[in-house]
Amino acid sequence: MFNNVFSVMEKIKITIDKKEIEVAKGTTIYQAAKDNGIHIPTLCYLNLDHLKIENRPGGCRVCVVEVEGRKNLAPSCSTECTNGMVVKTHTVRVLNARKTVLELILSDHPKDCLICSSSGQCDLQKLSQTLGIREIHAVENAAVSTYRKDVSPALKRDMDKCIMCRRCETICNTVQTVGALSAINRGFMSVVAPAFEQDLIDSPCTFCGQCVAVCPTGALTPFDDTGRVIRALSDPTKTVIVQTAPAVRAALGEEFGMEPGTLVTGKMVAALRTLGFDKVFDTDFAADLTIMEEGTELLGRISKFLEGDKNVKLPILTSCCPAWVNFFENNYQDMLDVPSTARSPQQMFGSIAKNYYTQLLGIKREDLVVVSVMPCLAKKYECQREEFKTNGNPDVDFSISTRELASLIKAANIDFNALEDDDYDSPLGESTGAAVIFGATGGVIEAAVRTAYELFTKKKLEKIDFTELRGLEGIRTASIDFNGTMINIGIAHQLGNARKLLDGIRAGLYNFHAIEIMACPGGCIGGAGQPLHHGNSDVIKARFDAIYREDAGKKIRKSHENPYIVKLYEEYLGHPLSEKAHHLLHTHYFEKNKN
Amino acid sequence: MGAFKLQDCHKKTIADICTYYKNEPGNLIKILYSAQREFGYLPEDIQREVARILNISVAKVYGVVSFYSFFTMTPKGKYPISVCMGTACYVRGAEKVLDELKSQLNIKVGGVTEDGKFSLDCLRCVGACGLAPVMLIGEKVYGRLEASKIKEILDSYE
Repeated sequence: MFNNVFSVMEKIKITIDKKEIEVAKGTTIYQAAKDNGIHIPTLCYLNLDHLKIENRPGGCRVCVVEVEGRKNLAPSCSTECTNGMVVKTHTVRVLNARKTVLELILSDHPKDCLICSSSGQCDLQKLSQTLGIREIHAVENAAVSTYRKDVSPALKRDMDKCIMCRRCETICNTVQTVGALSAINRGFMSVVAPAFEQDLIDSPCTFCGQCVAVCPTGALTPFDDTGRVIRALSDPTKTVIVQTAPAVRAALGEEFGMEPGTLVTGKMVAALRTLGFDKVFDTDFAADLTIMEEGTELLGRISKFLEGDKNVKLPILTSCCPAWVNFFENNYQDMLDVPSTARSPQQMFGSIAKNYYTQLLGIKREDLVVVSVMPCLAKKYECQREEFKTNGNPDVDFSISTRELASLIKAANIDFNALEDDDYDSPLGESTGAAVIFGATGGVIEAAVRTAYELFTKKKLEKIDFTELRGLEGIRTASIDFNGTMINIGIAHQLGNARKLLDGIRAGLYNFHAIEIMACPGGCIGGAGQPLHHGNSDVIKARFDAIYREDAGKKIRKSHENPYIVKLYEEYLGHPLSEKAHHLLHTHYFEKNKN
Repeated sequence: MGAFKLQDCHKKTIADICTYYKNEPGNLIKILYSAQREFGYLPEDIQREVARILNISVAKVYGVVSFYSFFTMTPKGKYPISVCMGTACYVRGAEKVLDELKSQLNIKVGGVTEDGKFSLDCLRCVGACGLAPVMLIGEKVYGRLEASKIKEILDSYE
């Protein structure tokens, strides 16, 4: 009776480029080739297998191959293998077809590659080089689109460069369920845009930037803040400090030719110092602070709940991710009191820097410039929110992405690979392993559990690693034994998965005590400000493993044991959730109604 | 022209249309068709309301509206005129008919007369090629047209 369970998936035999291979029935030609080291080019197809994200419109026709016995060429991304199939991926006919398709795309594409912000990263550019396109036969009477450029605080849209691969649409609608983007108009005028072609800032866009992360051209790009940072660095009247998010150190090396998953913490600090930052600090310090505030808030709510308080809101939701905050402000107005009020680590750092660190230095907040290096584009939007400004002066002045930091390093003639490792400055540069894992999905809640367990049970943790909370599945759940009290935890990454959890909570289906949500696939390591993965999710997996390696190598791995955090509370804040902490480290949420 | 303001009665009309089509996102085109028939055009607020009821993104609804030339976001005249420019009508002089309409009404294709009485559009084939050249005013079909007949037809509309 268990035949179905134990029967092996049916295998079939095919030949690709004279290579005989065996594949599971249902495999596409594209996938079969890829699994056997044959990389068929494509512009629209996208498959992040670790994350179960797929875009398969079969629209670009670049991946066509010749199949023996079939009249026309077959799009390999959407043609399933059949037994005995003989496939050729690089015949003259195939190559000519690919070139024609590409020329047609290029005939309606701006040719400003020299100054395009995606130059060097652009899949379209790379492919025209690979196929050796040296001439574009213009299509007569082709309408030339001169689409209005849309510049938001986080990302830019230049739809003249859109090739209608629809990857961004799949990400925005199917993966993130944000629904900001759709294909509009037809023919030459068709592009991907928000409803009524309004600006992103007026649309339900959360600025997660995942559309940018998958765009094969320069149509969707990040807002570039590097110029402002360079100006601040060369202003002698300003003290300029920098904070680096946990996920940056696990990816920055890729921009300098290193293997994905190479940790470059020491080199990154050295590079930032060479760039001229007066102090190099770590967002991880603020992540430890977040755990103190959020963890205490969690314990407070759980204790009240266990005492039978009916008004207590559970589960508590993490609030570190700015795209997630934008998402629930727009979609769950009835639940604005459920997420933790703790600010994100970026903003906690900014607040402590502008209020506490300026006191230590004896300077005015206007004379301190706080720059953050983030794996994220939504952080650019977050640091400009009005509630994070005092008299118009923001707590975090500029937020740049991992890729922007790489370009700053390159522009400053720094040989990154040859740099000697350097250490963060004190006091805002000291952190624990708990803070490092903020960069991966499940990390924030694991960090919170490490601290909450010890505060709740008054016992020392025997085992620091909560492997049951780790992984790349979109939704994960676990129950942790707090000395007899079971604490139920939910974890979601990607906003579509968050929506599933939130809808369940709204309907009263779950009994979670705490939930962690991150907008990007894999958490911050898969953020839109990170080096581009070009459709290869092994890259994200490698960064994921690197984050936990960095944690395992740390001497202190629990936030409440960070001696500088302890000192900050003693000298300045008092205790977690004190009035001062509330004022400086917590926020409130706003009802938004964008659609 | 003031922006369209969605009233409760409009909401009810839209809700009724959606209910008739089982609030099924797959019926979006039919719903938009019915809504345009009801309101004459599909302003932003109507698209937002349809999206809200069907629980799909407004961007998606706008994507469909902007794709099909049949759907319009600008109001049409009281009597919308559509001239067929399909092959059969074209070879039998549709262009002359269109030119006559343009000069009589003093508007371009896609425009509305100042008094809001007539609007002028082109379409491709209404399936009455035997009567070519053909035009529609509202849902009434006029066949075997000649430029000289246009004034008389227009005058028959109050």
